[in-house]
Amino acid sequence: MNKDSMRIGKEQDVVPFRNRVKEHAVKITMSLVNQTKLITAASELVRNMLKYAGGGVVLIEIVSEGRDSGIRLTFEDKGPGIKDIDQAMKDGFSTGKSLGVGLPGTKRLVNEFEIKSILGQGTRVSILKWKNG
Amino acid sequence: MDRIPILRMGKFLLVTIQIDLYDRLATNLEADLVQMVYKTEAKGVLIDISALSIVDSFMGRILGNIGSMSKIMDAETVVVGMQPAVAITLIELGLELKGVHTALDVEKGMELLKDKILLTDEENDIDENSVE
Repeated sequence: MNKDSMRIGKEQDVVPFRNRVKEHAVKITMSLVNQTKLITAASELVRNMLKYAGGGVVLIEIVSEGRDSGIRLTFEDKGPGIKDIDQAMKDGFSTGKSLGVGLPGTKRLVNEFEIKSILGQGTRVSILKWKNG
Repeated sequence: MDRIPILRMGKFLLVTIQIDLYDRLATNLEADLVQMVYKTEAKGVLIDISALSIVDSFMGRILGNIGSMSKIMDAETVVVGMQPAVAITLIELGLELKGVHTALDVEKGMELLKDKILLTDEENDIDENSVE
């Protein structure tokens, strides 16, 4: 079970989703600090997905490269998309009512961060956290 | 609806968050706490987050809000028991938890609150006996 996907449709799905991510992180013996960073990043992204797109699907994957292993999470929604990604990635920028640490803050917590968005079609955010990264 | 219990102890309100919160639960707690500060004329609010495995920007904002709201209601807020991994993550995320005091555990948090309240009591020269 190296791949797992979960549909997020309402606020109450967030806690079970975080737990599922944690299970995978524990399985690859990720350090506690990295687990916490990954789950926090996941929590931020899943909230964005709910707030701006009303939900979506998250893919949880265990990836390995050489001796290192990690977890990749891909958040896919069919929401309105992000108009200006560069602006959305700036510290302090927010259109919603969050603190504005959203995307840039989230990026700092993980090793890889990729975002693709098409206006009117949706957004896909993919993050990767190495076990010891 | 699910709610986080708020305990009253003298001039203080105690909240122990034992489960990971979804957003609604956190906003309810914020509203309930401010109501309770008003109703009980509490002087201090202690929030134990030692069981929380993560604090994201939303939860951080709620904690900050509770601190600021209580402050204008004349109560101090102290957040205790934050796990080290949570502290590391919060700072990297860019949240500083302004507006709330922090302490390592419940005991130290209570001491901090007592000190704070003693100080304001002396400043305002309030009679200790006026508290029920």
